[in-house]
Amino acid sequence: MNPLLKSIFSTEFAFAVIRVMTPLLLPALGVAITNLAGSVNIALEGIMLIAAFFGVLVSAFTGSLFLSLLAGIAAGVALAAILGYFHLKLKADIILGAIALNLFAAGFTIFMLFLITGDKGSTSSLKSLVFPSVHIPLIRHIPVLGDIVSGHNVLTYVAVLMVLVFYIIVYKTPLGLRIRAVGQNPDAAASVGIKVDRIKLYALMLSGFFGALGGLYLSMGYVSWFSRDMTAGRGFIAIAASTLGGNLPMGTFLASLLFGVVNAFAIYIASLNVPSELIQMIPYLVTLVALTIFSLRTLRKRPAKKEEKKLHVDEAAL
Amino acid sequence: MEKFILKNFTLIRTIIAIAIGVAVSVLLIYLISATPSGSLKYFFVGPLLSKSRLSNVFEMAAPIMLCGVAIAVAFQAEQFNIGAEGALYISAAVATAFAVSTHMPAILHIPLTILIAACVGAAWGFVPGILKAKLGASELVATLMMNYIAYFLGLYLINYHFRDKSAGYLVSYALPETARLGQFIPGTRMHWGIILAVIIAVLVYFFLYHTTTGYEIRMTGSNRKFARFGGINIIKVVILSQVISGALAGVGGIFEVMGIHGRFNWQTSPGYGWDGVIVAIIGRNHPILIIFASLFLSYLRVGGSVVNLMADVPTEMVSVIQSVIILLITAEAFLSRWKYRITVREAEREEKIHESAS
Amino acid sequence: MSTILEIENILKVYPDGVIANRDVSLRVEDNTIHAVVGENGAGKSTLMKIIFGITSPQEGTIRFRGKEVRFKSPNDAIRSGIGMVHQHLMLAPDLTVAENMVLGIEPRKRKLFLDQEETLRTSKKVSEEYGLDVPVEKKIRDLPIGVRQRVEILKALFRNAELLILDEPTAVLTPQEVEVLFKTLFKLKENGKTILFISHKLKEVKQIADRVTVMRDSRVITTEEASHLTEEKIAHLMVGRDIAGDRLPPSPALGDIRMSVRDLCYVTDENIRALNNINFDLRAGEILGLAGVEGNGQTYLIKTLTGLLEPTSGDILLENRNIAGLSPRQVRELGLSHIPEDRMDDGVAEHTSLEENFIVDRYYKQPFSRGIRLRWKDITSHSMDLIKRFQILTKNSRTPVGSLSGGNIQKVVVARELSSDPEVIIAAQPTRGVDVGSEEHIHSILKEARDRGKAVFLVSADLDEILKLSTRVIVIYNGGLVAHFPDASAVTDKDLGPYMLGVKKEEGSSGKIHP
Repeated sequence: MNPLLKSIFSTEFAFAVIRVMTPLLLPALGVAITNLAGSVNIALEGIMLIAAFFGVLVSAFTGSLFLSLLAGIAAGVALAAILGYFHLKLKADIILGAIALNLFAAGFTIFMLFLITGDKGSTSSLKSLVFPSVHIPLIRHIPVLGDIVSGHNVLTYVAVLMVLVFYIIVYKTPLGLRIRAVGQNPDAAASVGIKVDRIKLYALMLSGFFGALGGLYLSMGYVSWFSRDMTAGRGFIAIAASTLGGNLPMGTFLASLLFGVVNAFAIYIASLNVPSELIQMIPYLVTLVALTIFSLRTLRKRPAKKEEKKLHVDEAAL
Repeated sequence: MEKFILKNFTLIRTIIAIAIGVAVSVLLIYLISATPSGSLKYFFVGPLLSKSRLSNVFEMAAPIMLCGVAIAVAFQAEQFNIGAEGALYISAAVATAFAVSTHMPAILHIPLTILIAACVGAAWGFVPGILKAKLGASELVATLMMNYIAYFLGLYLINYHFRDKSAGYLVSYALPETARLGQFIPGTRMHWGIILAVIIAVLVYFFLYHTTTGYEIRMTGSNRKFARFGGINIIKVVILSQVISGALAGVGGIFEVMGIHGRFNWQTSPGYGWDGVIVAIIGRNHPILIIFASLFLSYLRVGGSVVNLMADVPTEMVSVIQSVIILLITAEAFLSRWKYRITVREAEREEKIHESAS
Repeated sequence: MSTILEIENILKVYPDGVIANRDVSLRVEDNTIHAVVGENGAGKSTLMKIIFGITSPQEGTIRFRGKEVRFKSPNDAIRSGIGMVHQHLMLAPDLTVAENMVLGIEPRKRKLFLDQEETLRTSKKVSEEYGLDVPVEKKIRDLPIGVRQRVEILKALFRNAELLILDEPTAVLTPQEVEVLFKTLFKLKENGKTILFISHKLKEVKQIADRVTVMRDSRVITTEEASHLTEEKIAHLMVGRDIAGDRLPPSPALGDIRMSVRDLCYVTDENIRALNNINFDLRAGEILGLAGVEGNGQTYLIKTLTGLLEPTSGDILLENRNIAGLSPRQVRELGLSHIPEDRMDDGVAEHTSLEENFIVDRYYKQPFSRGIRLRWKDITSHSMDLIKRFQILTKNSRTPVGSLSGGNIQKVVVARELSSDPEVIIAAQPTRGVDVGSEEHIHSILKEARDRGKAVFLVSADLDEILKLSTRVIVIYNGGLVAHFPDASAVTDKDLGPYMLGVKKEEGSSGKIHP
């Protein structure tokens, strides 16, 4: 068999897919929940980065994984809350506010890194503890499946669990009902005394929570250190993944899995003699194509004529 | 006085936001620097003290300015375009490829290279433009993806096909002299691209506010349904705004290659596109204000690098200040209570005048 | 009789400097139906918002059941026993009736979770208790307007409202639905509830209100027993003069056919036949009124006629050219103009200046531009001219349109659409939500256009307007034309009603009405 195919149909590849998927799935859930509440959150990049940083920082100083976890989550949720404050209270445009916070997170983490390490260079990094990997009892011994599913970082399982948590929050709790009501008709929600801004803030903070887990996984699972701009655009790809998944829990999961496959594939064929730049380009190209197909499908669902399609675009877009 | 405040409220708020940003930087320097007064001096006065540093401010402002007006054109059409970065990168790469592989007199070589950059940028903007206009695909996601694609594609082009292996690091072949923009102040890197950038920004102002197409863009951005109702072809406008935006950003990139480095030397994306978003926000999408906003931003940046070099404050401080300024400027309600109080006072006063008159 | 609500000396200034309520005082007696009437912009809606805690006044006191209250949010008002039914219904379209009803006070299981069985059970219970039948398991999206409004009332009752505020509740209803609503309101009064409702429609006020408060220019003019007031008296108090309830004199300039619509059909994305074989002619010098309950295809008809939507089949002949499927620009170039249904949506760009709003259909023509260059001098003088001719109240022509009052914004739209010298004018809801003064002005403008031989197609949800202005009237029901009255002066709203509600249909008229 062709060595490339062989490696792709290997359990290692499937394992890698799940590994690569984790830091996309978590922020994608974060984007999805804010979308349901009717806001667009493109600050996941900053949220992940700042959570990744504080997790590492606290692990370096306390040596406690638990405290690192709390610190990372607190930092991510706090950044999301700041975005919420500026957007909801001070009426800043949420996209521009998020751009500012992404900038802030990137600058602030390096600034702090310098204060701590005293190294002005851009390559400095901070060593960290890592969250443990878990071998699932029983399943680990099943051939193939065990090799793929068992032995991941604990945060990977948490990520999958979060899909369920997302589902329960959105569809089985009063908060979820309110989030959906606020997203569908904020005036309606306000008219029965629901504080729309507060619900939107909760949704943002939940997105901060999901994003923070993703960030912690990056610096304390995927690798074991913090380095500048280590999110490398994952917070943005998360936007594509949740869009592709229709903001549904399962949809977002499957979309993230797809991005995981593409990313893992890019890493795998990098070993062959193909220019690495072109391979690294693939996931983004696929996302763009997926976005195109997705938009086409949304349009096609409505069998109407050209002019009406345009109108639909007019009204649906933006 | 109060009338004046009400009338120029947004401008005043912008200035206050900038002032707060500057105050934050002073605070940060006092917090972390062992020699705060020296650091402050480096940061604020540093950029102005030498000819070459002052020149740095202008050099850096040029591409930011062009990306800023590029973003502003899209924002005015209410298109959330964050694709200037990608357009700039890929345009510079392709136009560099063109410039190093052709030979012709400068009078042709310079305009053709710029034209190619503009065309590539326009093509780059066309993709999200048409996806948005025809399919309703989010331009935010599309331009983001286009940024990454531009980066890797540009890098591939330069590294695999136009790389100068004799240079010690990853750069393209040097541009022939016929494809360079001259520098006009000895001892600095002030090049004609900077002057051109200002001229282009002014032209974009004229375009947006004094031409029919500019009017179409602004109306479409202000209320798309209204524009369509009035007979404006909004599909065309959406695509056109992205195309123009891409072209402007593309020109911004090649100016820097042609005027400063003489080679394509960006192994990482330079970030001017994101800076463009920042200055578009600070300049409130107005090309003339964007000229000043980009000078201000690069002044901060140069100050940041001076203090980074000469003292113990990392240059990333500037990112923190920038984010504070942007947050405050975009915060519509920031200072609104103040404004409200003034408005109420004004209304009451007019009421009194009214009553005493009747 | 005891007083349930007592308001004293309210002052409300909005952040933009507009004074919406000044020295407003009002007493609502327990277990009555109390109407608040006034022109648009008289301050009624602001007053209701203050009572319901949506906005708070600068000065004044509110006493509810004798206790002074200071509502910081609708939540406070709801908790005290006040409910509000807004004009634009406040329902989340993809949630069910039951979910909408419990929203905000959801029954819970184990504290954290939504109790879905209880949600259904309690909402069913309340709807049965008051005899207001609604399908609690259906999504709002799938219900007609009248039922949705009932859901709104139930929402308030579900929250134990004692005082119900209704903001122009009949504006979106068919006459039949209005009857049902009034029965509901009487029933609620029997059950001990108090109802405070806002209306423009004096007939309705006389029909159901016990007491009436009249507002004008942000002030309360008077509150009286309804039995002491006549409609004329109320009208007089509202505007300080009598409203002419007359009909227009016949047109002096009736002429040839300007526009013909033939077998026009439109099928929506959801495969609904929104327009079904529409046929009519529009003549020069007439106002052809289209009567119908809103949502029976009027919007689709207007959009297909004006180039905003391409019809599925059929022809629209304008000056003998088929304009079906042409772009808005092309249609306008052929001499058609369009006053849109929703001025804030289609009619203006609120953050831009009057000047920029005046030229949206002509900026590319001389003298407004030459080549690609806009000529602001000519645009400004053109704008000043329109402002004067159409009596638009504004500081200058550079003011953002959004800062004007509703009536003046509508005049901006009308000024633009009538100054392009059109042959055919599609006027949709030309006076919706504008004050009486502006309404009369706009009516006189349309009449003048008619008298100059223009063809006017008037679409309005306001039957009085249709009857006052129209030369002929056609009626649309469920996407098809069901009646044609060649002489509008002989028609009353009683004649139109049965057709609008689909009770009657002209013989052999299934889409074959051919005026």
